[in-house]
Amino acid sequence: MARLALLALAMMALGQMAPGTPARAEPLVADLSSHLIAITTGFTGADVLVFGATDGEGDVAVIVRGPEREEIVRRKERMGGIWIHGQSFRFRRIPAFYAVATSKPLAELAAPPVLARHQIGLENLRLDAGGREGDPDYKTFAEALVRLKQSEQLFPESTGKVQFLGNQLFRASVGFPANVPVGTYLVEVFLLRNGEVVGAQSAPLVISKIGLGADIFLFAHRDAPIYGAIAILMALVAGSSAAYLFRKV
Amino acid sequence: MYVYLPIAEISVNVFVILAMGTGVGFLSGLFGVGGGFLMTPLLIFAGIQPAVAVGTEASKIVASSVSGVFAHWRRGNVDVKMGLVLLVGGFIGSSIGVWLFGLLRSIGQIDLVIRIAYVIFLGIVGGLMLMETARTALRARRKAPSRKLHQHTFLHGLPFKVRFRRSKLYISALLPLFVGFAVGVLAAIMGVGGGFIMVPAMIYLLGMPTSVVIGTSLFQILFVTANVTFLQALHNQTVDIVLGLFLVLGGVVGAQLGVLYGTKLRADWMRALLGTLVIVVGAKLFFDLVATPDDMFTLAASARSS
Repeated sequence: MARLALLALAMMALGQMAPGTPARAEPLVADLSSHLIAITTGFTGADVLVFGATDGEGDVAVIVRGPEREEIVRRKERMGGIWIHGQSFRFRRIPAFYAVATSKPLAELAAPPVLARHQIGLENLRLDAGGREGDPDYKTFAEALVRLKQSEQLFPESTGKVQFLGNQLFRASVGFPANVPVGTYLVEVFLLRNGEVVGAQSAPLVISKIGLGADIFLFAHRDAPIYGAIAILMALVAGSSAAYLFRKV
Repeated sequence: MYVYLPIAEISVNVFVILAMGTGVGFLSGLFGVGGGFLMTPLLIFAGIQPAVAVGTEASKIVASSVSGVFAHWRRGNVDVKMGLVLLVGGFIGSSIGVWLFGLLRSIGQIDLVIRIAYVIFLGIVGGLMLMETARTALRARRKAPSRKLHQHTFLHGLPFKVRFRRSKLYISALLPLFVGFAVGVLAAIMGVGGGFIMVPAMIYLLGMPTSVVIGTSLFQILFVTANVTFLQALHNQTVDIVLGLFLVLGGVVGAQLGVLYGTKLRADWMRALLGTLVIVVGAKLFFDLVATPDDMFTLAASARSS
């Protein structure tokens, strides 16, 4: 059964190969149980299964990265008795979500430079402050960024587990919280042997809102003038009809 | 029952929002105040971002003032010329206000400015209400000294004098223009109609007869809050129509109850109660500003995508 699945996956991988490249088995093939997560009104989070096969023994690391955006971390400072936003750092190209799952603890997986190069593990995530990395306050703000993201459950603290079935088939479950940001996610799977990355594959994952709430949100942002006009119209109609209903008879 | 607010992006208990709308509506009906200055802080306490609370409250004031404008219009209690001058000031003020709102939001200070503005205004309004109550209690015992009805100050020397027939006034157009402007800025930044500022200003600063004050101020409030609603939706996307509908629903029921009970309750006691409530809300906002925050850092996604 496992062999059959492996065969099927290997054939899929072969089919994706560009013509002209010499026919050689991919060291790694992987896919997701679902490529789309729909957030409806009652959404409480979702799990996605990452599964695949390797061409032999090795370790696997799975990285899930949300859409990148600029994050601003601001520090509150006391001024005239009240707390106001003072110094701030802009972090560029920060994934809205970042989760890792590995088959071995990070330290046993590869040497720090290898992990850093592929940004495997939260401590290896690049936090680009637009050239201000040398600033004495950089570390404090970078730590605050990670801590705040963790408290929102968008940077899961613990590293997930990649499980091997036999020594070639693997699977890992990635959990997304209820407040997961929408956008196109990238799931990267790395195959490591003797501390070196020998194979990598990535797959996209789309998370989007559906339903009335999502439609209203999109409408408000895409057709702002029409949305504004409708908001006024609704208020006028609601106000006058209420007055009509409650008029003295 | 929870409902997801698409713009505020949080789920709220419908009954909590309805109860807040009804409670504030009740006070509106009782005292003839708009209630925006109470509703916005309550929404903030309920966990809605101050920016969305302000934008949405503006749309709710449009709904609650429209019927009043019609009623006063029919009775001829609207000084249209005065209203239009106020409105010109109001449009300029609210447009600048919404622009300022967006600017403050982009530098991460809008929540702070909204909170500070509320602490100041709730403090003033609550304090005045309590003083008024105390004065009424005193006046019941001793006769108030008579005041000169019409005093000439430097305000009457300003240029661009215009005759406002309905208000029986011959004053500089700059005065109502300025009043409208100031109220417009407040409407945009605080999500209030501004009646609690405009009505005293119209009576004491402009010297308008009380018979046309309410109708004319409602006329100005309706159009200025409509302008704020539109501009907030256009520039800042902070108007939540789902939240707005629930607020209107609670508000109209509450206002009817308020009008109904208004005649049965002792007005001075109710005013003291409202004044106390206003002070308490302001004090809570003030405490949140001075208390040491749990976390010294905040995180915000930049509007500009990287």
